[in-house]
Amino acid sequence: DKASRTDIAAPTCGSNLVVNDLEKPRKKELASSHRTIDISSKQRLCLLPIIQSITQPPSDKVEEHDPLSQSTHTDCTEDQGHTLSPPKLPYMERYRAHTSKQSPLLWAEEASSKASAKVPVLCKTPDSHKHSARDRNTASLVCKSWYRVEALTRSELFIGNCYAVSPARATARFTRVRALHLKGRPRFADFNLMPPDWGAHFNPWVLAFAKACPWLEKVYLKRMSVTDDDLATLAESFLGFKELVLVCCDGFGTSGLAIFVSKCRQLKVLDLIESEVSDDETDWILCFPEGESHLESLIFDCVECPINFEALERLVARSPSLKKLKLNRYVSIGQLYRLMVQAPQLTHLGTGSFSPSEIAGQGDQEPDYVTAFAACKSLVCLSGFREIIPDYLPAIYPICANLTSLNFSYANITAEQLKPIISNCHKLQVFWVLDSICDEGLQAVAATCKELRELRVFPVDAREDSDGPVSEVGFQAISEGCRKLQSILYFCQRMTNAAVIAMSINCPDLVVFRLCIMGRHRPDHVTGEPMDDGFGAIVMNCKKLTRLAVSGLLTDKAFDYIGRYGKLVRTLSVAFAGDSDMALKYVLEGCPQLQKLEIRDSPFGDAALCSGLHHYYNMRFLWMSSCRLTHQGCQQIARAMPRLVVEVIRSADEEEMDVCVQTLYMYRSLEGPRNDAPKFVTIL
Amino acid sequence: MERRVNYENDLNLMATELRLGLPGCGDDEPQRKTNPSIRNNKRTAPEISEVSSSESSSSITMSGSDDQDSPPPAKEQVVGWPPIRSYRKNCLQSSKRNEVEGMGMYVKVSVDGAPYLRKIDLKVYRSYPQLLKALENMFKLTIGAYSKREGYNGSDYAPTYEDKDGDWMLVGDVPWEMFISSCKRLRIMKGSEARGLGCV
Repeated sequence: DKASRTDIAAPTCGSNLVVNDLEKPRKKELASSHRTIDISSKQRLCLLPIIQSITQPPSDKVEEHDPLSQSTHTDCTEDQGHTLSPPKLPYMERYRAHTSKQSPLLWAEEASSKASAKVPVLCKTPDSHKHSARDRNTASLVCKSWYRVEALTRSELFIGNCYAVSPARATARFTRVRALHLKGRPRFADFNLMPPDWGAHFNPWVLAFAKACPWLEKVYLKRMSVTDDDLATLAESFLGFKELVLVCCDGFGTSGLAIFVSKCRQLKVLDLIESEVSDDETDWILCFPEGESHLESLIFDCVECPINFEALERLVARSPSLKKLKLNRYVSIGQLYRLMVQAPQLTHLGTGSFSPSEIAGQGDQEPDYVTAFAACKSLVCLSGFREIIPDYLPAIYPICANLTSLNFSYANITAEQLKPIISNCHKLQVFWVLDSICDEGLQAVAATCKELRELRVFPVDAREDSDGPVSEVGFQAISEGCRKLQSILYFCQRMTNAAVIAMSINCPDLVVFRLCIMGRHRPDHVTGEPMDDGFGAIVMNCKKLTRLAVSGLLTDKAFDYIGRYGKLVRTLSVAFAGDSDMALKYVLEGCPQLQKLEIRDSPFGDAALCSGLHHYYNMRFLWMSSCRLTHQGCQQIARAMPRLVVEVIRSADEEEMDVCVQTLYMYRSLEGPRNDAPKFVTIL
Repeated sequence: MERRVNYENDLNLMATELRLGLPGCGDDEPQRKTNPSIRNNKRTAPEISEVSSSESSSSITMSGSDDQDSPPPAKEQVVGWPPIRSYRKNCLQSSKRNEVEGMGMYVKVSVDGAPYLRKIDLKVYRSYPQLLKALENMFKLTIGAYSKREGYNGSDYAPTYEDKDGDWMLVGDVPWEMFISSCKRLRIMKGSEARGLGCV
């Protein structure tokens, strides 16, 4: 670090050219002297030196200590003829002024530097915040000064595992955060593989941020427990709070929502997605403050309780910026009509029940739904249809041609009902649907939706041995028609290797491949072979693949393929697969990018677990349930890896720990064992 | 392929076992592999799967005929498989279901001093201890145990309910079934009021 500081303080003549030239070698020097950071290959992160000699009024005081650093500086021997390090405040002001212009460049000055102001610049990317978080993480590793600068300028904080770092540590390092993105429970908890109340409480986070970061504006939570009190704290402690997005969360009810919306006067976004909201019989819609609202997005399709429609109608009427509205199934199609008439500017619409309420009599005049839809010229994303009466489907014909996203995954419709709609959806990129449309419906999709990027086919009847309306036939048709496919989730009862291989060849852009053959251990239903070759082809041919979920009858061979070819795989989901420890070893030894590994009911034991010791610190988590792990084996891991939190989870009513481990959930953490673990969790 | 659960041979349970297969089908097909998928309350080594006879959660697969021609008998489902979130499963079921059918038995629960009401589905619980535990978890308080003579003495909180007649009763006084059919709402009382209850 000493070296880095003197490097930054290295002499320059103040001329542009010299600094320019110096930047490049210095950058590499820094990189090599500290860590091997592959900056050059990260094309998104480019370093552009901006030459700016910051003129400082000569100050009387000599700042000996950088207020931001934790140690004193070495003296610079070179005399730059410039003033010494500026006091903290002007630095902050300059930063603030610059970013408010919404320039893509962010610059910061090494406040500790006693030399002239050379300014390293990080080029912010237009990519998603996740990518820029990774770039920022990289930049923060270069040297202490960049670490500090990066910490001060990071405005969006993404924490993939809420237990990996404590709220205190996060708020201490990142003091100017505007947006917080937190993820809690592991995904398999969604499928009842873990008792409730495991953890992932938002409470300590909201309290810490309320104290340290009151300028927080946006919170995005996934799989966390949020209480009504937390919602109240959010609304009361963060004056400018603008966006709340809760995905797969629980622990709160309509009374919490009521307090939240009533106090959040700047609210722009309230998105409740697949979350469990308890019905406290509170009229939360009525609690939105009167007067013009700033609402841009209101999504509450998962809220399973009736709402005050008149209040909603008034709210929509006074929300001129509203672009996204997703209604719950308690809103009838007649009510939908009234809302659409108020808000033709919508871009995203969730239609609610899409059926008439019982109140409407037979002889009542039906509103002109077609015209209402036609008036929504900006509509690109359509969902809902929670209790669809297919007779009303023709209403959406006018907007099909504009749709880029269509979610029919709650609409039990047939191929015949789908065809007139889908045949007009030429621009469709995202399509979620139920398997009620059968292979025939998928063929219709394949025929028209040439721009399709993401397809999800859900089962109407989610049981192992039900009839499967979709099969390899529809799957193959999709692969042939939708060549640009990037992401697929497909539930079926039967599949063949041939179809999967075909998709691996036809759709080389696949990034996410999740195939769920619902019968456990089911082989290729034509050849009787295991599904190894199909999945093998996917990892071999789809060179961009980062997420994979496997199913069907699979031997160790499939995992050998994955370890050999799945070099970019970050997330892998395994269930009822493999023959022996070798399978897990192949994956742990072969997949360097593996971050999230979730396994259930597969014959992997302690030896396999040990084969991943070299990699566990690079992973976000490992989940293994109903495998062949023992306490001893897990204990070994815990001993070998002090920065890993190793949780053994049993079912809620089991009193004692058994020799065998029901569920292992382990993750890296800076904080050690958490202090909020329930009784059924043992941290080794 | 069907898989089956191994039974202890000693008791020759096989002979008296009721199965869903066709009569006369072979029952000696060796298990192709062990069943790590079977979830038991009692866990020993993963290789041995025992059937817990009081298993109430439907998580054990039962096997039937090996004959491929006959339709496989309806299997009990394994927990969490296929991996569909219960929200989605419930939505599809409820859209099939008539609104008229009962959707649980929801009663309001209020706690003295708490700003929020909650609603719970009484049908979810099978006994008083279960219910009380759930209330304790929900509101983060301790109710303690019921005793016939002293009610919830010793605890700061006492759960009470309003019955069909409009009377306020102490939770636990009547048999569970009677409670379920007559409870209209719950109120968890606090403080001295609570301590006084039960000592009639």
